[in-house]
Amino acid sequence: MSTATQTSLALEMPSDTYLNSSYGVKSWFLTGDHKRIAMMYVVSISLMFLLGGVFASLVRLELLTPASDLFQSDTYNKLFTMHGVVMIFGFLVPSIPVTIGNFLIPIMIGARDLAFPKINLASWYIYIIGMAFMLAAIISGGVDTGWTFYTPLSTQYLTTHVMFTAIGILIAGFSSIFTGLNFIVTVHRMRAPGMTWFRLPLFVWSNYAASIIMVLGTPVLAITLILVALERGLHIGIFNPALGGDPVLFQHMFWFYSHPAVYIMILPGFGVISEIIPCFARKRIFGYSAIAFSSIAIAVFGFLVWAHHMFIAGISTYSALIFSFVTFLVAIPSAIKVFNWTATLYKGSIHFDTPMLYALAFIGLFTIGGLTGLFLGAIGVDMHVTATYFVVAHFHYVMVGGMVTAYLGGLHFWWPKITGRMYPEAPAKLAALITFIGFNLTFFPQFILGYLGMPRRYHSYPEEFQVLNVLSSAGASILAVGFILPLLYFAWSLKYGEVAGDNPWQATGLEWETTSPPPTHNFHEVPVVTTEPYAYGEPEEA
Amino acid sequence: MLPQYFPLFPESASTMSTRVDALYFFILGITIFFTMLVGLLILVFATKYRKEKHPVPVQIHGSIPLEIFWTLVPLGIAMVIFAWGAVLFFQEMHPPKSAMDIYGVGKQWMWKFQHPGGQREINNLHVPVGKAVRMTLISQDVLHSFYVPAFRAQMDVIPGRYTTVWFEATKPGTYHLFCNQYCGTKHSGMVGEVTAMSPDDYQEWLRGAGAFGSLATEGQKVFASMGCPTCHTGADNARGPNLYNLYGRMVRTEDNRTVLADEGYIRESILKPSSKIVYGYQNIMPTFQGQLNEDEMIQIIEYIKALTYNGQLLQLQTNTQQEPPVNLNKIQQGVDVTKPGTNQNPMPRTSAVPVTEEAAPAPSSTTPARPSAPRQNTPTKPNGSQVEQR
Repeated sequence: MSTATQTSLALEMPSDTYLNSSYGVKSWFLTGDHKRIAMMYVVSISLMFLLGGVFASLVRLELLTPASDLFQSDTYNKLFTMHGVVMIFGFLVPSIPVTIGNFLIPIMIGARDLAFPKINLASWYIYIIGMAFMLAAIISGGVDTGWTFYTPLSTQYLTTHVMFTAIGILIAGFSSIFTGLNFIVTVHRMRAPGMTWFRLPLFVWSNYAASIIMVLGTPVLAITLILVALERGLHIGIFNPALGGDPVLFQHMFWFYSHPAVYIMILPGFGVISEIIPCFARKRIFGYSAIAFSSIAIAVFGFLVWAHHMFIAGISTYSALIFSFVTFLVAIPSAIKVFNWTATLYKGSIHFDTPMLYALAFIGLFTIGGLTGLFLGAIGVDMHVTATYFVVAHFHYVMVGGMVTAYLGGLHFWWPKITGRMYPEAPAKLAALITFIGFNLTFFPQFILGYLGMPRRYHSYPEEFQVLNVLSSAGASILAVGFILPLLYFAWSLKYGEVAGDNPWQATGLEWETTSPPPTHNFHEVPVVTTEPYAYGEPEEA
Repeated sequence: MLPQYFPLFPESASTMSTRVDALYFFILGITIFFTMLVGLLILVFATKYRKEKHPVPVQIHGSIPLEIFWTLVPLGIAMVIFAWGAVLFFQEMHPPKSAMDIYGVGKQWMWKFQHPGGQREINNLHVPVGKAVRMTLISQDVLHSFYVPAFRAQMDVIPGRYTTVWFEATKPGTYHLFCNQYCGTKHSGMVGEVTAMSPDDYQEWLRGAGAFGSLATEGQKVFASMGCPTCHTGADNARGPNLYNLYGRMVRTEDNRTVLADEGYIRESILKPSSKIVYGYQNIMPTFQGQLNEDEMIQIIEYIKALTYNGQLLQLQTNTQQEPPVNLNKIQQGVDVTKPGTNQNPMPRTSAVPVTEEAAPAPSSTTPARPSAPRQNTPTKPNGSQVEQR
């Protein structure tokens, strides 16, 4: 696998790309091309991200003062609920797999498309229908269950649009299952000649692991939501003790999906980082198989830790101990990844382009996010900090500091491949810096607030918590700038960006051997793979 | 003062809080160490091997010994944290034997607390310093969570089921009480204060709190008004098991399980009597679902517990200046005080008690009195943890 060369000095946009092969609304909305579907997903999930961001901003605005002055309690409850629902089901769960993954997995393994292009398109439509239900619920008054839908509050006490939202999530879940199924079959069946399992880029490994979770975990969420609907609509007692049900059963079922879902969100992020770091260190990834297997280990162990969300929810002492134990085991594969990424930098030749800035930020933020998980896994400490802002800070460090940072890094990294044009480097670096500063200012104070005992989902709070909350809100406004900037310069670059060429980063990998943007069928000839991935420094490159 | 507006660390006011903080600082140390380690390595590598200084990268595939090293070291650290956290959790889950009981009921959006002496308070909880307090908690509607950050004590409050948490305050003061499980509109208004007082002040407060009657004596009234003594006579041949000395004992069931007779068991036996049938008895008790509110349930439980700790009941009654209404000595001696003709009604202050026939639960009329099936109670042994013998 010879890496693309820098020879094409007079860079021109290729004549035959997936973008200009056909025109018109139908050519997009009825396309089977994974790259076009990925683009449609990029637009849709970005809209959901903006919407979730608006809710987050309103939440932070209210929390500037201890009193409840900006919104009524019910409004506030709806805001944080919709922030969670929109961000998790509308953005984080699909995020990298349906966009970058959709675009790149076939190309990375040398295939013309995913195994089931129509199912891929169907997954987008299903996602849109799911989001339509969710938006309908939001527009018609919102929902205030919290994204966790804990019973019996959600099944009996609330009069908001619980059903609408639940149906939306249920439908969106099938989109996840379709994507996961498609990825698994594609990776098994569509690899190019010579592309053995251990020549797969780590991005493919991590998306493969995430796909396993999507396929196995999402049905349980669907079952749970259907049971909630049965109880709410038909008063069949399942979770509500007043009807003979068990509220803790709901939590078991909910977290059986929702904990592994955390790994659906973060694993593809690991994949992006595993691509960026070797490229900008111009160096092979350190410990390829350790990183690959740790992804699989996370997917497997991730299914066995769900009750660590429920240490004080009325489960037995011994089951709490077992779940705590497995929780500490699942921390290890993540630690292994961090050490391997760091070791990859050793004796590299490090280029500080924007994707690398995001990747380095990711390692730092994810390390903090992961290590603070130790506090929550230790049951004795968890009894104090569970459900406080400590938890909020912890999962935002993983989800935003980790996942969103990786997503942005990936977008910058593959933007030239996707669009054929470069984004402007200076504002991009600035945005990465602003995001990093804004993020830490927003969420670091929340760790302190959490240990002080500030409960999450509080609309008003004791006065002594104000300074930390003001810091957090101030950080959020900086963070917002960091998120809006890329939107602007990405849009600008579509027309005015420099033509990128096939391989602006001198990266390895099949995606860099085809044109930017790639042709509809990805390659003009079926590629034959003869080397390991990340073959930086191979003799033929020099 | 700055800390007043910009606190960095919560107040520490219970015996557990210092222990939780110790583990917290241990993990914090590890977190800082590894964050610094990774951060420094990145900084050093990024400076030392930046492309200007180090244009030709050295290709390294990996190192098995290193992989093993950084798998085992974090694993070892993780196991230490796990074990420490587990030990702490055991302490948090097992209150000292000497702990006093306070009951809490959560409902949208308030806390109701009841002290054994019958003192009630709302969104306020008074506790003595230097004495372990075991909170028995239940919700009347949705999930709540009882959370006192200064005590590092938190437990979910669940409808239909008791949960417990304990703490021992170490210094007098007023501390936040939060509901920490989202419970609807006024979740953030479901807050209160825990006032820790010196034992003397606490006794003073108890006296001034104007209790109507101790929980046990109130429970006795409820017990009688529901017709419970009709079957739970305390006699060997009664239709219902003897409740004397029940609390804290292991009970053998009809299907040969052994269950601990704790608050949850007593509650379940009242609301879902058929779920655990005591060995040698028949499934004849009707459910009292919907007939008792959570407060009354707690009172009955306190009464049944008082049948175990005779002395405690008497002492409580002295606190609330009430005469002992129950002839515990008689029950203790195994005398069937409810048998007609003995003239010794154990619930003399209620009229519902003597009505044996009418108040008898419906199924009992179709069931003959206890057959001669092998059955033995352990009526007089004040041995708190004895497994009931066959």
